[in-house]
Amino acid sequence: MQTVDGSIHTPHYIDDEYYQKLVSDFSGWRRADREVTDPVFRDSCRRFLDLEARFLDEIRLEDWLKLYAPNCVYWVPSSAEGGDPRKEVSISFDDRRRLEDRIFRLSTGAAWSQRPTSRTVRLISNIEVYATDQLEIVMVRSNFQTTEFRAGETRLWSGRYSHRLRDVGNEFEILVKQVNLINYDQNLRNPSIIL
Amino acid sequence: MWQGERDVTKPENTSPAVEAAGPIFDYEMMIQEDKVHQRLYTEPGIFREELTRIFGAVWVYLAHESQVPEKDNFVTSRMGLRPLIIVRDSQGDIRALYNRCTHRGSTICRQSSGSAKSFQCPYHGWSYFNSGKLSGVPWPEGYACDFSDAKYNLAQVPRVASFRGFIFGTLNLDAPSLGDYLGPVREPINDWLDRHPGGKVKFSSANRLKYMGNWKLAYDNSADGYHVLFSHRSLLAMENRHHEDERKGMSFYKGSPDGAPMYVKYYPNGHHFKDKRPNIENRPGALWEIEGTFPGMEHYEALFRERYGVKADRALDLASSEPVNINVFPNLHILGNHVQVTQPISYNETDTTWYGTAVVDDDGELSGAVDDINTIRMRTQEAFPNFGEVDDLANFEQIQAGLAAEEDEWVYMHRGLGIKDRITEEDGVFTAPATDEVFMREYMKVYKNLMTSTPNIAITREV
Repeated sequence: MQTVDGSIHTPHYIDDEYYQKLVSDFSGWRRADREVTDPVFRDSCRRFLDLEARFLDEIRLEDWLKLYAPNCVYWVPSSAEGGDPRKEVSISFDDRRRLEDRIFRLSTGAAWSQRPTSRTVRLISNIEVYATDQLEIVMVRSNFQTTEFRAGETRLWSGRYSHRLRDVGNEFEILVKQVNLINYDQNLRNPSIIL
Repeated sequence: MWQGERDVTKPENTSPAVEAAGPIFDYEMMIQEDKVHQRLYTEPGIFREELTRIFGAVWVYLAHESQVPEKDNFVTSRMGLRPLIIVRDSQGDIRALYNRCTHRGSTICRQSSGSAKSFQCPYHGWSYFNSGKLSGVPWPEGYACDFSDAKYNLAQVPRVASFRGFIFGTLNLDAPSLGDYLGPVREPINDWLDRHPGGKVKFSSANRLKYMGNWKLAYDNSADGYHVLFSHRSLLAMENRHHEDERKGMSFYKGSPDGAPMYVKYYPNGHHFKDKRPNIENRPGALWEIEGTFPGMEHYEALFRERYGVKADRALDLASSEPVNINVFPNLHILGNHVQVTQPISYNETDTTWYGTAVVDDDGELSGAVDDINTIRMRTQEAFPNFGEVDDLANFEQIQAGLAAEEDEWVYMHRGLGIKDRITEEDGVFTAPATDEVFMREYMKVYKNLMTSTPNIAITREV
């Protein structure tokens, strides 16, 4: 059986084992003894997150998706820290195919929630990097604030990102991006941008 | 609570008793056979009247029993703008308490759900049992009054009733029984529940959305088969992009939807039902076949077929969207596997909360498949709020924007009107082709009747 972080791409990788590992990978990972404080490495993580933010702000969604592993998940939980996605609906829970679908939908010209398209700027800060049991995988926690301008109004999205990144030599790929909105339990107006 | 300008023709602090003197708007003029006036959507004063004449007068959906499964469980809710605590009290009775301290008016419960035998007001410490009865006040020797007087107990919705897990309440002592109010819309609700083991579901978490528009825009849309191909064009394209036969999702609207077997039914009291089931073959596995792609789809299908054999199709159907829209006036919608609740915030702001539902299998009918069914049911339920509803809500907001053109007064709802043999009627139940607007015209008649009537509003308190 394929593992979440395995190197062989399978189009149908979301199974019970994946969910179990996902829940486990996203609980209790911020351990002081695992924090990576090396400024050079931390800066490489920061630059990668900045790159992701720039692709989203510039609506270069195909380039954005290339930052993600073939067996990735984009997860915006509807609970505080992300409980068990097998038992709760998420604000969004996209595997690779659903991310491709999401981008496809936005490109049809008939996704009215994005006509006109939102203009965004993303600020990312307070970056912390943590080692995991696997040498090539790190968890990166950050705070974000995204200002969205659309149809004459300016709005804010705020929260925390948790990126599970694999170091593939001179770059990273995103295995999982979890987005914890501070208002995850409130009614959200037009949540149609990728956070 | 108001957004924008107050209505200057209406006095401040209008109480329901003053409103009982009669409506100040001309609903006869504003609601006609084929059209309604834009002010129904844009006028703050009309919204203020709706809070009493609609949300005080009819059975309003408040909560689901699976949200308060045990004694002392509570969930907060609203009836119009009235803040409520829906609680299963220590005796097991479900009550709808006003979340309003009888002392100075503060809300006493600020958590959205939980378990509590009593509630203490954070402001001055007055405490209440979860029956609503006052249990004590700090330093009572400073009061000359008798605190056993019922007027110090929390106000409550006087009539609270449940239909198969759905809890409703009304302030109107003259309203019919809940059963009579629901009437024949109970049939599709029964069907929707009975496809599940034990005839029930439990609520999961929700996709919570909001739009800057009037609450009736959601009700107008709720059985609207006319908008599907247009408002949801990107969703349909997305769902079918890998499928040459293009049968996924709501593809049955393509071509000539009025010639398809689906139909819309309007029931008395403003309820209605869009039944798309006749488009689908009545056999196990047929729902699963039109479900759009979602994370884990192939894995779980293979697992189910291997593990459950001939029972796999039923299990997969339970994770698939049921093709119905059941709409209970004014604020409850059962569609797909969702329970959608409309919460008005102001004349131009509305929350629409899409509760996910999960299958419960107390008797083991599903041979242990229930957890896996719910795993994939969570994913199928995320699709429409993410890729469909957002576009509707954008369109609702643009209706609200368009209606600011106040001299262009009318909103038309006349699709199907005056066409011979298109609509049939029997005992107040209308049946029409899927894109017909008959349900809007008929619910607006009910709305007009309510807005020009005086409900017999009351609250109650424990004694």
